[in-house]
Amino acid sequence: MIRVVLPPHLRNLAHVTGEVRVEVPGEVTQRHVLDAVEERYPMLRGTMRDRATGKRRALVRFFACEEDLSNESPDDPLPDRVVKGEEPFMVVGAMAGG
Amino acid sequence: MSGVRLLVGTRKGLFILTSDGKREDWKVDGPHFAGWEIYHANGSPVDTDRLYVSQSGGWFGQIIQRSDDGGANWETVDNDFTYAGDVGDHLWYDGTPRPWEFKRVWHLEPSRTDPDTVYAGVEDAALYKSTDGGQKWVELTGLRTHPSAPKWQPGAGGMCLHTILLDPVNPDRIYVAISAAGVFRSDDGGETWQPVNRGLQSNMELPDPDAEVGHCVHRLAMHPSRPDTLFMQKHWDVMRSDDAGANWREVSGDLPTDFGFPIAVHAHEPETIYVVPITSDQQHFVMDGRLRVYRSRTGGERWEALTAGLPQENCYVNVLRDAMAVDTLDSCGIYFGTSGGQVYASADSGDTWRAVVRDLPPVLSVEVQVLP
Repeated sequence: MIRVVLPPHLRNLAHVTGEVRVEVPGEVTQRHVLDAVEERYPMLRGTMRDRATGKRRALVRFFACEEDLSNESPDDPLPDRVVKGEEPFMVVGAMAGG
Repeated sequence: MSGVRLLVGTRKGLFILTSDGKREDWKVDGPHFAGWEIYHANGSPVDTDRLYVSQSGGWFGQIIQRSDDGGANWETVDNDFTYAGDVGDHLWYDGTPRPWEFKRVWHLEPSRTDPDTVYAGVEDAALYKSTDGGQKWVELTGLRTHPSAPKWQPGAGGMCLHTILLDPVNPDRIYVAISAAGVFRSDDGGETWQPVNRGLQSNMELPDPDAEVGHCVHRLAMHPSRPDTLFMQKHWDVMRSDDAGANWREVSGDLPTDFGFPIAVHAHEPETIYVVPITSDQQHFVMDGRLRVYRSRTGGERWEALTAGLPQENCYVNVLRDAMAVDTLDSCGIYFGTSGGQVYASADSGDTWRAVVRDLPPVLSVEVQVLP
């Protein structure tokens, strides 16, 4: 199971508290993890990735193992510690506004 | 006794304000969807428990919420507003072509007859329709693919479709308004559209002041008993048409300034209309520090300032295009919300006003429902 930390707005939308855990079939990539999250919580479709293009929304970031993976290829494998469930994959609302 | 429910969309959530028919004592419920921008919330005219909400934000995009119990519980419905077919280009601010790109839903207009049918006006300008309570949206592509569309250009607030009027007599007739393209009318349920902007003059905004499209229409209003008469608050100018938009004439008359955003028609007097004049396009606040609603009982031209209960000094708020509403109680209620977070109510057609709440986030929209 892959551990995923969602930001508060998305936890509220999905009606969850704390981390969520999803089964990811095949290689554990950013794309596959987000696909699994959206499959389980369809109300989150379009909130992390643009509905039309599938690209990461500009003010959403993806962190794991103290690394910013936002600009990595969505098809790159995620770190082993995420794959093993030792670390979560984090969806973060970027610092913005003022 | 009947009651009323105000749906107040703000920069940081939805607030639901309720009162009995006297409209003196109010209960404030919210924020719902705290922290999100609520561009619009609207209820079905045939089922007051059915509500639709446009919830959006810069981080996580567009959400549509639906309630079947008057706002006690909410369900997230479809938010796929992908443009159908060839996306095409419109003009950007610098005059270069730019592809349509969905930003947000500005306005939700439920059908007059079916609670499951609702229209959505979006930025970049397009019109969508759902016939299953928001579970699936289908674009009415005839509007966005109109031959004039490559010449549409965003106003300062974006290229938004912000007004949708459904003709109460002819179910095939729909009006929409787009900033800054103008007014379009469909006579076949949204399949095909024609611009209806003849008579509009945009002397300072357009190189061709009476162009077929390009006008920054801020808001349209219609009385249900006279669906061929339309009132318009344009960027500058208050206008009316008595032939379903085919021809417009200015009725700003003796207004102190004719810049503004909202316009509304009295529920029982089709020639009584309301605007909130704003200083200018460069100064988006009321004139002279005084919050004044202007009422015309003559369908325009002659206007009176309504000030009782409204601040008359040191007031510098704006009232946005979707932030004024009228109820249908015997003594017509008028409501509006401000950029300063106040919601004002009048239970006597605008003669006197009171603040229902004073310190909400900036108000984006106000709708009112009369409850059984």
